[in-house]
Amino acid sequence: MLRIDAGGLHYRLLNQQIRDAVRNGETEFVLDNVNGQRYIGTGLESANIRITINGVPGNDLAAFMSGPEITVWGNAQDGVGNTMNAGKVVVHGAAGDVLGYGMRGGKLFIRGNVGYRVGIHMKEYRDMMPVLVVGGTAGAFFGEYMAGGRLVLLGLDRPDGAPLAGDYLGTGMHGGVIYLRGRPDESTLGKEVKLFDLDESDWAFLEPLLEEFCRYYGREFAEVRGADFCKLIPVSHRPYGRLYTP
Amino acid sequence: MRGYLPPEYLVHIDHGKCRRCGNCVRNCAFGALQFEHGAWQQIMRIFQHGQDDLQQVFDKIKENVPDRVVADHHKCVQCHYCVTHCPEGAISVQPNPLAYRGNYHWQPHHLKNIWLQAETGGKLLTGAGNDKTYFSYFDHMVLDACQVTNPSIDPLREPMELRTYLGSRPDALEFESGPDGPVLKTKLAPAVRLETPLVFAGMSYGAVSLNAHKALAMAAKACGILMNTGEGGLHTDLYPYADWIMVQVASGRFGIDPDYLRRGVAVEIKIGQGAKPGIGGHLPGEKVDEEVSRTRMIPVGSDALSPAPHHDIYSIEDLSQLIYALKEATEYTKPVAVKIAAVHNVAAIASGIARAGADIITIDGFRGGTGATPLIIRDHVGIPIEMALAAVDDRLRQEGIRNRVSLVASGGIRHSGDVAKAIALGADAVAIGTAALIAMGCRLCQKCYTGNCNWGIATQKPELTARLDPERAAERLVNLIRGWSLELKEILGALGLNAVESLRGSRLRLRGIGLSESDLRVLGIKNAGVGA
Ligand code: SF4
Ligand code: SF4
Repeated sequence: MLRIDAGGLHYRLLNQQIRDAVRNGETEFVLDNVNGQRYIGTGLESANIRITINGVPGNDLAAFMSGPEITVWGNAQDGVGNTMNAGKVVVHGAAGDVLGYGMRGGKLFIRGNVGYRVGIHMKEYRDMMPVLVVGGTAGAFFGEYMAGGRLVLLGLDRPDGAPLAGDYLGTGMHGGVIYLRGRPDESTLGKEVKLFDLDESDWAFLEPLLEEFCRYYGREFAEVRGADFCKLIPVSHRPYGRLYTP
Repeated sequence: MRGYLPPEYLVHIDHGKCRRCGNCVRNCAFGALQFEHGAWQQIMRIFQHGQDDLQQVFDKIKENVPDRVVADHHKCVQCHYCVTHCPEGAISVQPNPLAYRGNYHWQPHHLKNIWLQAETGGKLLTGAGNDKTYFSYFDHMVLDACQVTNPSIDPLREPMELRTYLGSRPDALEFESGPDGPVLKTKLAPAVRLETPLVFAGMSYGAVSLNAHKALAMAAKACGILMNTGEGGLHTDLYPYADWIMVQVASGRFGIDPDYLRRGVAVEIKIGQGAKPGIGGHLPGEKVDEEVSRTRMIPVGSDALSPAPHHDIYSIEDLSQLIYALKEATEYTKPVAVKIAAVHNVAAIASGIARAGADIITIDGFRGGTGATPLIIRDHVGIPIEMALAAVDDRLRQEGIRNRVSLVASGGIRHSGDVAKAIALGADAVAIGTAALIAMGCRLCQKCYTGNCNWGIATQKPELTARLDPERAAERLVNLIRGWSLELKEILGALGLNAVESLRGSRLRLRGIGLSESDLRVLGIKNAGVGA
C-alpha cells in the first residue's frame, strides 16, 4: 500500500507518482489531504488498482479510466468518470457538473446531490454498460443525449417540494434507461422521452444496484426501495431521423 | 425525388458502341441505369393482340434483344463511375441544358432547392465542400521568385528540406556545459515528425469506408506523414500504422478508451469543422454495421450523434481541462491538437487555445469537406482559410506565443501552390481531405451522405467498398504526396530557399492581384508590382 500526502502537491506530480508506482506493481493507494488535484485515476487501466481519496479531488477524476476502483471520502468536483471505460468510483458526498460524460462502462456512485449535465451521452456497447447512481437530486440536462447505460436518481433526503431533477431531463435521449425514485413533473422532460412503470426485469437490475448503494452508504434497503419508482426511456431510437430531405 | 424537379444531368448512351455488357447497370448504386424491357413488352403486346405471327415475333427479338441500356436521368449524380468503367466508352453525362428564364438573383439551384423542400419539408443535406462562387484568395495571390540579384536553387542538385515538426516550441533554449560541450537543458515538448508539410485531414471510419481509411494509413506511413482517424475510432486493421496516425476526440467520444489514446502519435480534440462550424455530426444507424460498431464501440444500427458542442467544454478553461486530461492519459508523451472551424473571431479563439495548452491548432476553412452537413450551413457559415490563417498567425505573433503551437491549415487546398501560399501565410503544415479523396477516385458528386458512393469511399455497403482497393488507392495517394512535394521543392528553389521552414510566415514572398486594400491588410501582403 502506498500512502501519499497530497497536501500542496501539484496534480501532475501526484499523478506521476501514482503512475510510477502502478508501473512498479503497486495496487493500493491512499491519498491524504487531497485538495482539488485534477485527473486522479485518469487513464489508469488495471482492474486491481484501488485508490482511497481523503479530501476533495479536483475535476476529471477517473477520466478515460478503465478498471480501477476509487473511493472518495469527501465531495467530488466536475467531470468525474469523463469517457470512463470500466471500474468504479464511490463518492461519499456530493459531486459537481458533467459526471460520466460519454461514459461507456463501469459504475459511479454519488451519495449526495449532483450538478448540471450529468450522464450526458452515456453509451453502452456489448457487455459494457455504464451505471451512475445518484443518492440526491440532479440539476438540469440530466441524461441529455443519452445513448445507452443506466442512470439512477434517488432524490433521498431532499426537502419537501424540492424537485428530483432540473429541466430538460433526458433531452435528446436515444438509448439507455433513467430510473427515478419519484415522479418528475412532465413539463421538465425532454420531448424524446416518456415515463413508464418498472417491470420485473427493471427490478431485477435495480434491486442489486440499490443494495450495493445501501452497502456503501449505510442506508436501509427497505427504505430506499420502498418508494414509487418510474423509468424514463426514449420513445424513438431515431429522434433525428426525419429532419432531412433525402 | 421527382415532383417538379427536372433532372440535373442527362446520361447519353451511344448504342452504336454499347455491347450490352451490363457493367453500368450492375454498378450504379443510385440505380440510374437499367436495361429497357421495352422489346419484351412489345412482344407481349403482339401475343395479347392475338397476332400469333411467329415471324413477326422473331424479327422483334432480333431487333431488340438483348435490351438497350436506358438511363433514369433523375437518378444520375454525375459521379462518373459508369463513364470511367464502361469498356466501350459508350457513356457520357452532361448537365441538363434545360433553359431557365434568365434571372441573376434566382439561379436554377435556388429554384431546385425550393422545389425539393416544398416536397419534403426537411433540411437539405449535402456532402463534400462549399461549391459556391465565393472569391478565392488563393487564386489572387502569387509567389515570388529569384532573378539576377539573388540566386535560385536547383532542387535536383542541392538538398531541399521539407521535414516539418508539429508541436509546441519552447520560448527559449537553455544549455548547460557538459564534458563533450553544451547540453540542452530545456525540456522539449513532444512533437510529430512529418517528411513533408502535409497531413491527411480527419475523416472518420463510418463517414468513409475501411478501405479508404486503410489507404490513408498506408500512404501516411509510406510518406512519413499523418492520417487522422476523425471521430470514429481506430479499426484494429490500422494498428500497424498507428505511428502515423493522429487519433481524434470529439463530442460523441466514439471509440475512445485509454488504448486508443495511447496508440496514436498525437491526439486531436475536434471542436469544429469548416464544412459545418457549430454543427454536430450524425452518422445514421444504417451506416453502423458490425465493423463500424466495433470501432466506434456503439451498438449495430444505432444512430451515432455527435452533439454540436462538447458538453464538458463551455470555455477556454474547460478546453484546457480536456487538453490536460488527454496529456495526463498519455503521460505527456504526445502533442495534443485542437481543431476548429475558421469563424469570425478565429484569431482570439486560437490565442485562447494556445494558452489553454494545445500543441497544435488545426484551422479548417469554409471550403473544407464533409461526409454530411446541412447545405445551408456548408455554403453560408465560416470564413476562407486564407483570411483565418493570416489573422491567427498575426495574432499569435503579436502576443508572442506563435512558438507555442504549430498551425495546420485546411479547407480547400487543391495543389502544391495552395500549400506553398498557406505556408507563406503562416501555416506549419497543410491538411488535405478532399484532394486525398479525389486522388482515390472521388468525383465531388457531393452525395457522400447517401451512403451510395460508387467509388467505394463514402459508403459502408460491401459491394461498393470492395471497389476501392486499399493498396492501389494508397499508391495513388503516395503519388499525389510525392508530386506535391517535388513541386514544393521546385517552388522553394525558385524562391531561393532550401528549407520549407524559411517560407513559413514569410508573407513578403506573396503578392496580391486584384485584392482590395482591406483584403491586403488582413492577409498582410503587398500588392503585385510593389517591391520589397
Ligand atoms: S458499361 Fe458501357 S458497354 Fe457495358 S452496358 Fe453500360 S454502356 Fe454498354
Ligand atoms: S466521396 Fe463518393 S459520394 Fe462523396 S463526393 Fe466523392 S464520389 Fe461523391
